[in-house]
Amino acid sequence: MKLHFCLPFLLFFNCFWAQTIEVGANKPIKTIKEAIALAKSGDTITVYKGVYQEGNIIVDKKIILQGKNFPILDGQSKVEVLSIKADSVVVSGFKVINSGYASLNDPCGIKIYNKTGVVIKDNVLENNFFGIYVQKGTNCIIKNNTISAHQKEEQRIGNGIHCWKSENLQITANKISGHRDGIYFEFVSNSVIWRNISTANIRYGLHFMFSNDDAYISNVFKNNGAGVAVMFTKNVKMFNNYFEENWGDAAYGLLLKEISDSYIIGNKFIRNTSGIYMEGTSRVQLEKNIFKDNGWGMKIQASCMDNQIAFNNFLANTFDISTNGSLVLNHFNNNYWDKYEGYDLNRDGIGDVPFHPLSLFAVITENNPSAMLLFRSFMITLLDKSEKILPSITPDNFVDETPEMKSLQL
Amino acid sequence: MNRIIKIVLLDILKNKIVVSYALILALLSWGSFMLENNTAKGLLTILNVILFTVPLVSVLFSTIYIYNSSEFIELLLSQPIKRKKIWISLFTGLSVAMVLAFFLGAGIPLLINSPGMAGLMMLLAGSLITVVFVGLAFLSCILTRDKAKGIGLAILFWLYFAILFDALVLFLLFQFSEYPIEEAMVGITALSPIDLARIQILLHLDQSAMMGYTGAIFKDFFGTAVGLLISFLLLVLWIAIPFLVSVRKFETKDL
Repeated sequence: MKLHFCLPFLLFFNCFWAQTIEVGANKPIKTIKEAIALAKSGDTITVYKGVYQEGNIIVDKKIILQGKNFPILDGQSKVEVLSIKADSVVVSGFKVINSGYASLNDPCGIKIYNKTGVVIKDNVLENNFFGIYVQKGTNCIIKNNTISAHQKEEQRIGNGIHCWKSENLQITANKISGHRDGIYFEFVSNSVIWRNISTANIRYGLHFMFSNDDAYISNVFKNNGAGVAVMFTKNVKMFNNYFEENWGDAAYGLLLKEISDSYIIGNKFIRNTSGIYMEGTSRVQLEKNIFKDNGWGMKIQASCMDNQIAFNNFLANTFDISTNGSLVLNHFNNNYWDKYEGYDLNRDGIGDVPFHPLSLFAVITENNPSAMLLFRSFMITLLDKSEKILPSITPDNFVDETPEMKSLQL
Repeated sequence: MNRIIKIVLLDILKNKIVVSYALILALLSWGSFMLENNTAKGLLTILNVILFTVPLVSVLFSTIYIYNSSEFIELLLSQPIKRKKIWISLFTGLSVAMVLAFFLGAGIPLLINSPGMAGLMMLLAGSLITVVFVGLAFLSCILTRDKAKGIGLAILFWLYFAILFDALVLFLLFQFSEYPIEEAMVGITALSPIDLARIQILLHLDQSAMMGYTGAIFKDFFGTAVGLLISFLLLVLWIAIPFLVSVRKFETKDL
């Protein structure tokens, strides 16, 4: 009882005791390292505009480190710039540039070492090897950061936001470009990736492995070298994301490998070589997505089973669906296919004739990739048309029994 | 020689079929660019036109035209002009007229809607395909005197290159799918002008990414400046060889 009564006062006094240390060229304290050494737990360090070339800055106290007008922390391409080794540190408003490059210990712009409740927000990170690295972090928030790099070679550059063995992270509203992978998750659970924009990264916009029970919502993944890869994971929720313009030989809007019990709902796949590529994927619900202007809308390998593909729009794709075998264990229903030519006599909005989304040429090229040589050849168009009328080679159970007549309002 | 070209050219340009050919091409091209809100899709529609309609019209019209002007040719032969000259002028006149029709019909919308490399490539490929099939028409005319047979032969040429050749390629691909035949396929496409043009155009559209490994090999070969030159040289060979064969036959033919 007594403790409850005291608590508000304790908090109040805590605020009262906490002091603000100012760092700047014309302030008494010139360097951040000095300020950290002086600071007590709970203090705020305000850093004013300027260039701070202090080598590796280690934050080992629970402090708020804030920059005014984006002071520059320069690693001079030698060291890790900011290492966070205390719980509940807040870092905001800095411009962190030029971290070192090393293939053994991965120097970063900002790295969190095994800590809880760290907040990194409103920073600009440029030309770092890794941008923000969360190693065994819990309850951390990475918010509103702009992370970019300009390296061309995949080996010479790390990931924008790299999270490893962490839990309960919030990655929100960051802009990432030019890194190897925009956002990288490995062994991260119960986390959310929300409203990020990941563009023009060398490899994947988002790379996601062994990370169960996560959600990524309303992100934009555009023009990345190989799109987005989600692998070896269960229970992922992917809602309302944009996968756009991932165009190239081995680029996929979304690559799913060994995924189970997940939800892919309300996403847009536009102008990708392959919208979704699925391999070993099971019990995934794909609903209310839009597949538009892709080379292949979906590539579903025969190793996938029990996926529900319903209420999606397939518009202007060269091939809507392709598969590599005759085994079909997935279920299609109520999708809209712009290539559907059936009729609806009872006017219930559902086509009376089932639709076979698999074209002959898609099957031929899957079995014999060289046949892609005949892409856009007139003879192929002819074969496709005749196969549509009399299916003989394509598996006849690859079918949407209830195709929509009109494009769904999504 | 120039005079004969001029006469032939003017005669053909007045021809209703050529005018309507140009008009239909224009209609198709403008239509496909306006219906598809994305230029790439419009380009693909025109690609189909180039690979299908252009060869058919070129070969058929030229064959019929040559047969119909047999009296004119005989009249020319009575003049002191070399046979070779007459044949070459006829060929030049016909080619220029057909290319002009193609250019007016499809070329202008192409250059306006897609002024980049892809549009230019299509224009060039379309023109070359036109001339190739005019050349083939000359060959089929000289091979037989009978008009019906000649036209039949011309249609066969078209059928072979537009459809049968691809079926043959597909057959080969499946027969030899166990072997690394990608490089060999590059050589085989040289055997059909339409395939040569199709692949060259596709490599300049971003659709080429869909062509996968084989596409990458093609890009390595045909995508480079040297490859480009080689493929156009091959197309020129496709013009030269059938036509030169027909010239030699015409020189010695008993009309």
